[in-house]
Amino acid sequence: MSDYQSAPGSVAEPPAPDPSAPAGGGGSTRLLAAFARWEVLLLAVVVAFIWIGATVSPVFLAPGNFGNLVAAVMEVAIMSLPMALIIIVGEIDLSVESMAGLSAALLGFLFDAGVPLPVAVVACVLVGGLGGLFNGLLVTRAGLPSLVVTLGTLALYRGMALIILGPRGISGFPSEFTSFGFGRIPGTPIPWPFLIYLALAVVLGFVLHRTWIGRRLFAIGKNLGTAQYSGIRVQRIKLQLFVLSGTIAALAGVLLAARFASARADLAQGMTLTVVTIVLLGGVNIFGGRGTIVGVALAALALALLGNVLRLTNVSAEIQSIAVGGLLIVSVLVPNLGRWLGLAFARVRGAPPARAGPGA
Amino acid sequence: MAEAVGPRASRQPFLERVGTAVARYRELSLFIVMLILGAIVAFQAPQFISASNLTQVSTLAAIIAIAAAGQALVIITRNIDLSIESTIGLVAFVVADMLAKEVLDVPAAMTAGVGLGLLLGMGNGVLVAVFRIPAIVATLGTLSIYRGLAFLMAGGRQVTLTQLPDGYTDAARATFLGFPVFVLVAVAIIVTIGLAMRRTRIGRQVYAVGSNPEAATILGIRTGLVVFMAFAAAGLLAGVAGVMWGMYFGTINATAATGSVLQVVAACVVGGVAIFGGAGTVAGAGLGALFLGFIQNALIILRLSQFWLEAIFGGVILLAVAADGIILRRLRRSKSNRRV
Repeated sequence: MSDYQSAPGSVAEPPAPDPSAPAGGGGSTRLLAAFARWEVLLLAVVVAFIWIGATVSPVFLAPGNFGNLVAAVMEVAIMSLPMALIIIVGEIDLSVESMAGLSAALLGFLFDAGVPLPVAVVACVLVGGLGGLFNGLLVTRAGLPSLVVTLGTLALYRGMALIILGPRGISGFPSEFTSFGFGRIPGTPIPWPFLIYLALAVVLGFVLHRTWIGRRLFAIGKNLGTAQYSGIRVQRIKLQLFVLSGTIAALAGVLLAARFASARADLAQGMTLTVVTIVLLGGVNIFGGRGTIVGVALAALALALLGNVLRLTNVSAEIQSIAVGGLLIVSVLVPNLGRWLGLAFARVRGAPPARAGPGA
Repeated sequence: MAEAVGPRASRQPFLERVGTAVARYRELSLFIVMLILGAIVAFQAPQFISASNLTQVSTLAAIIAIAAAGQALVIITRNIDLSIESTIGLVAFVVADMLAKEVLDVPAAMTAGVGLGLLLGMGNGVLVAVFRIPAIVATLGTLSIYRGLAFLMAGGRQVTLTQLPDGYTDAARATFLGFPVFVLVAVAIIVTIGLAMRRTRIGRQVYAVGSNPEAATILGIRTGLVVFMAFAAAGLLAGVAGVMWGMYFGTINATAATGSVLQVVAACVVGGVAIFGGAGTVAGAGLGALFLGFIQNALIILRLSQFWLEAIFGGVILLAVAADGIILRRLRRSKSNRRV
């Protein structure tokens, strides 16, 4: 895949300085590169959405509305964090929505059978870890492509959810549980699950960007062979990431059941698509090796704002899926076009032909 | 390994030889598995092999098989088309809507539907081949966009059977020489593409691009064009499947065929199309679709809960990919043995 000439970081940095350019130009181009970062663009999109929202609807800036729009994406946002790490190491986990559904179904089943709720929640999260372990073992030990493995478990886990609970919906959960799902932190418009999201984002962001573990994840995603030869236990790390993803997905399933005050086997159906969209929109490279937690968080916020603005302006909900799909495509298209323009510009100025990066 | 003549070939363990044979003749082994399972189910419930039941199974499977054939072309080039279900749904709705509003007559509407599918596929092809957007990202985007277009046009409406011209949906139940028409259409399409893949230059180029894009480029193959054509063909076939979907179900709204991409990709995987490209056949994908439809039907016939269906689908996908993995590893090992 990628050759060793593309050293870490070279993708984001501008091409080698033009010999004809003045020597002092390096600093300003670096500054330019920092501003051209994807996260800055996303931030601009977020600000633009807020501005549009505030101009088209008087209730948009009301704190209650903000709480609503955050609450609406909490589960997908939570699942997008481990998904970002998995995509950074060059794998994917399509089964998260079914794991969330299985977890919710199991929660309903256990609660219905009289198991105390805290025990049931712990059991669900553990089952999530087991499901992730199963995905991970098939990918790392059996060496199967994660795209197909998790496509299989996407169906398998949903099927297990349906077998456990059937078409029933379990409700009647204690009010402490459901108010955690859709209640707000007293005195603020912030929904409780946001605390979980925040903690997870901070921890995973720190681990990814500030520790040796994160550097290993990027190394694996950038060049698998080199990572292996430098002694990184690639398979073990991947296995741990799949376990993490399954666990968090199960947690999201519990939160979903709490927010809807009802556990059903078909909860979270179709969410994987949104989760992957958030991750890719957040600037994580689908082939691995690049991405930031800040970007993923901004993408989740952008998606939440977009949905909210469209709803408030009574634009048909259908436009939303077109807008999200369009955003996703544009998010990859714009950097590509920028790079080509840069190359074409360099060629016009008679610079030595730059080598195009591998793949997209 | 047929060409591995020499002292080592005979020393290949029996299991390994069986494994390679299964890998080589995936379609045949899938067929045999289906016959065995079919015999077991028929033994439990004789109505399984009744003509009416077999017709019903194979008609819906034929629609999925046509879409899977297109998906196989794309997967063989080392790409994937996730938008295929939205294409099917959009085409199904547009055709039904045009017929209900009497904008076009039946042949023109069907042609327009297939043309729309081709156009949507070309859209994917441009994104992937020209703008170099990774296929999984591009088609994830168009999955939303094409479905959104269907919602936009439908706006919550649905076209019901009674609004369609008289006799339009009869083709879904018609037979010719005892075979369902839909199945004959699917077989004709799959045989044509299968032959084209084996016998024509473009067909072999599709495999070359999927096996090794760099080498294919060096050999002078226009990889971008090949990938574009694969996506365009997949769109065209999804258009055909969409028209048939509308005929089969009669009543169509904007959510038609939602979730069917799972079945389509599963059909390819079960049929032995390698997810990383370069290997597999259209016939395999078609058989895979038939196999999945057959399992679905067997559950109904055996009066097992439909809730088992998804779990069994998942299990079948995992089994198929695990079998591929084991065989691939064996093949690699025996190849590296030979090189020593």
